[in-house]
Amino acid sequence: MELPESIRAQLAGDHGPAMQLAARLVVKAADIMRAERLIPISFAHLDACFYTGQAHVDFVRFLTENGATLAVETWTNNGVVSLADPTLRPHAEDPEMVEGAAALMHLYERLGTMPTWTCAPYQLPGGPQLGDHIAVGESNAVSYYNSVVGARTNKYGDYLDVACALTGYAPDAGLHRDAGRRAELHIDASALPEHWRREDIFAHLIGHHAGRLAGRRVPVISGLTSDVPKQALKAISSAAASSGGVELWHGAGVTPEAPELGAVFEGGETQRVTAEDLARAHRELSTTQDGPLDAVALGTPHFGLGEFEQLVWLFDGRRVKTGLPMLVSTSRGVRQMAAARGWIAALEDSGVEVPVDICTYHSPRVRGLRGRVMTNAAKWAYYAPGMLGVEVAFGSLKECVESAIRGEVWRDPALWTNAS
Amino acid sequence: MKAQLLTSGAAEGPVLSLDEPLSFWGGFEPRTGVILDVHHPQHGRCVTGTVLVMAETRGSGSAPGAIAEAIRLGTAPAAIILAEPDVNLAVGAEVAATLYGCRCVVVCVTEEELVLLRIAKRIAIADDGVVTLIT
Repeated sequence: MELPESIRAQLAGDHGPAMQLAARLVVKAADIMRAERLIPISFAHLDACFYTGQAHVDFVRFLTENGATLAVETWTNNGVVSLADPTLRPHAEDPEMVEGAAALMHLYERLGTMPTWTCAPYQLPGGPQLGDHIAVGESNAVSYYNSVVGARTNKYGDYLDVACALTGYAPDAGLHRDAGRRAELHIDASALPEHWRREDIFAHLIGHHAGRLAGRRVPVISGLTSDVPKQALKAISSAAASSGGVELWHGAGVTPEAPELGAVFEGGETQRVTAEDLARAHRELSTTQDGPLDAVALGTPHFGLGEFEQLVWLFDGRRVKTGLPMLVSTSRGVRQMAAARGWIAALEDSGVEVPVDICTYHSPRVRGLRGRVMTNAAKWAYYAPGMLGVEVAFGSLKECVESAIRGEVWRDPALWTNAS
Repeated sequence: MKAQLLTSGAAEGPVLSLDEPLSFWGGFEPRTGVILDVHHPQHGRCVTGTVLVMAETRGSGSAPGAIAEAIRLGTAPAAIILAEPDVNLAVGAEVAATLYGCRCVVVCVTEEELVLLRIAKRIAIADDGVVTLIT
């Protein structure tokens, strides 16, 4: 493999042991991925700032103590604790984890990252554009950047994401290459009634179903309406990345690389989506019967501005049932934009909590959640039973709001998922 | 038999053969070295000091941190033999070798070779990748 001059100098140790390690990791990954060369990147989003043990802290401390510098603009995934709100890191729960997580986040700030602390960085202004090569770790962000933005990244695991950001290079393999971005499977939802396809819950269900069908393959979905909102594209990206391992999907007539089906798909396996497929997805995302609620959790991935607007409209000044926790996770950036429009104040008046920096199931804050929890997010519904030991009632955003007000699961009689 | 070295080093230990892919993040506890995943056939077994033989891992972007943490704590396998090259394990083991000077040797063989390795009692891997079965 022919290596760029800067990488050769780093490997030789000219820029110290930290940059040497970074270059070694990128070249090692390129060898294993059988890349013929490295490709320059313009942006990175790091997952290694999410605490999983002391090794993470030792790694970034080694970097900062040995003069490592970032080659590209680098943003951060959410942390295990919130640096913005000390009440979101209760020491009593797991002191070692809480201290380690905070130390880790401070060290990534010192390394020179932009402290966005969000799993949905694509909701913030700036960031990569169509055709940009980037390095991203978080599965939903990989899926969204590849699919909806049309930037190019593989799913880079911990440390390799950082190594790419430090060196400014990634292995030229997989989804960085045109050949890796062709659809291998056509999922055709166009026969379903259009008013079904316009509901927000449809995006979560079709995303979950697409992930189940595709596994790690690249699917193209047809039947999405041409005016589908960004939040629906986020829902498909995150749901398909959770239920399968989808790192790139195309939406015919919707996403930038698929102005039409034929642009990404040459024929082959086609799966027509039926009402039963969506009903099965709904059942898979729900682990409990309807009944009294113990909490409502929204914002996985982090809530976007459009979703905040819709949430305020749905509450219409009404209040969450007294004593029922309702959490809506988001980023500092989006919270600030929503606050400027008066939406955060309105939601807090309604009894809604809007934490920032954190992830809704990993953070110690949420470990207090027990019992029956309602969500509109397929990704949360997929992971929360295993990670938090809660029961999940899955529903539309409107069902979540009406249920929060009543304190028990409410089903929308006008919604097709409830037709018997 | 000569394996492809994903990380450098030599190792020897008793074989622990896994019937299904393991997720090092979530399916494994770095603090004890025990397989946590209740759905895994080898649930409850300890991987510490073994030569772990498995076709592939169950992919997770957090696997490098989990293997690095296990190496730091001394609960990691002595070596991992795969039939599918794995970037995450190679990166995690490389980071741990740099930070802590401790190694977990990660190598890759063919699927046919892996079948043979599964029935060995002990395996030694030399630093040139030569794999020796010790019965």
